[in-house]
Amino acid sequence: MELAIGLILAGCAIGAGAAMIAGIGPGIGEGNAVGKACEAIGRQPECKGSVTSTMIMGCAIAETTGIYALIIAILLIFVAPNMFVNILLNAVK
Amino acid sequence: MTKSKTDKKFLAVDIFYLVMAALPIVCGMVIKILTATPSNGIEITGARIYFTIPMPLQDLPITESQINSWLVMITLLFLCLYFTHGLSVKAKLKRQLIAEWIVKQTQSLVDTNMGDFFKGYAPFIGAIMGLSALSSLLALFGIYSPTSDINVVGGWAILTFILITYYKLKGGVFNYLKGFTEPIFVMTPLNIIGEVATPVSMAFRHYGNVLSGSVIAVLIATALGGLSKLLLGWLPGFLGEIPFLQIGLPAILSIYFDLFSSCMQAFVFAMLTMLNISGAFPQDLYEKRMLKKRSKQNKKQKIN
Repeated sequence: MELAIGLILAGCAIGAGAAMIAGIGPGIGEGNAVGKACEAIGRQPECKGSVTSTMIMGCAIAETTGIYALIIAILLIFVAPNMFVNILLNAVK
Repeated sequence: MTKSKTDKKFLAVDIFYLVMAALPIVCGMVIKILTATPSNGIEITGARIYFTIPMPLQDLPITESQINSWLVMITLLFLCLYFTHGLSVKAKLKRQLIAEWIVKQTQSLVDTNMGDFFKGYAPFIGAIMGLSALSSLLALFGIYSPTSDINVVGGWAILTFILITYYKLKGGVFNYLKGFTEPIFVMTPLNIIGEVATPVSMAFRHYGNVLSGSVIAVLIATALGGLSKLLLGWLPGFLGEIPFLQIGLPAILSIYFDLFSSCMQAFVFAMLTMLNISGAFPQDLYEKRMLKKRSKQNKKQKIN
């Protein structure tokens, strides 16, 4: 019984850690976007406002996949263990 | 004499509106304090259920997020009343200038992003932006912000989805169904998934950002409490129990996660709503259909 619960907790923790690997993608993407925006502002300083707002917009969209991963990690840490342990206990009964 | 009297009258109305706008937030804080349960350690829960209303099919739970979003709506209503009462043709008051600036900005945003056909969308976009920003900003007062509940944001996203489908249908039902089989017939399931993915991604983006901010804030507050216990735990008595690192330091994070992030997410949500709705509208097909309709009507009138 303890082994099973331990396995559940370990699985949830490992899963949450693995899910956060997805944080790499948005990091690279946002870095690219900000770099290009800096280049654009350097080339044409007069259109700083529109470049900045477009960049923030693009960054927020690029962030989406990272946010998905984060939600899954949060669910795995704070919600899933209780749920799975309850399922296990009910099954044992 | 008369001038001062009108000033005083306006002042009273102003104060009334402002108090009425601040009252819901105070109410929320009081409710939060009254219903708070003692907790130890890290505790991250969803919206608390206050009470349930028995319904024939399933009980309807009244949650924290529902009540808080109603409080936000009341606050917004009274803020709008405060900004827009007693308007004059020539703006004399500061609040009228602020209100005009807000309306002008929203209108120009909608005009540049949605085009001429969607000119009437400024109030909708402004309402979504204000509701979202104020809901997320509730976290500053220590109240559970409704946007960190996926049901609230999901509801807004479904609203957007309905609008998207409505404007896609403006190009004709046949063209709407045909759009799923493009570029080739095999892509139909993927297209349907893509159609559903729009509201889901919008809801998850907003909810995830707000929730992650609050989770990180809780984690850091707990960590700072533990650290201060570690540093000052050797002091005798209650001196060692003061979590001195928790004072002020989490507020710095709150500037990013609560102020900046919530305002930006509100902007992004409104922006995506605008882009999705205006992108869904097939201008050419709609104009063709209108031309056909008009020519049919003309023929009918000639026959008659």
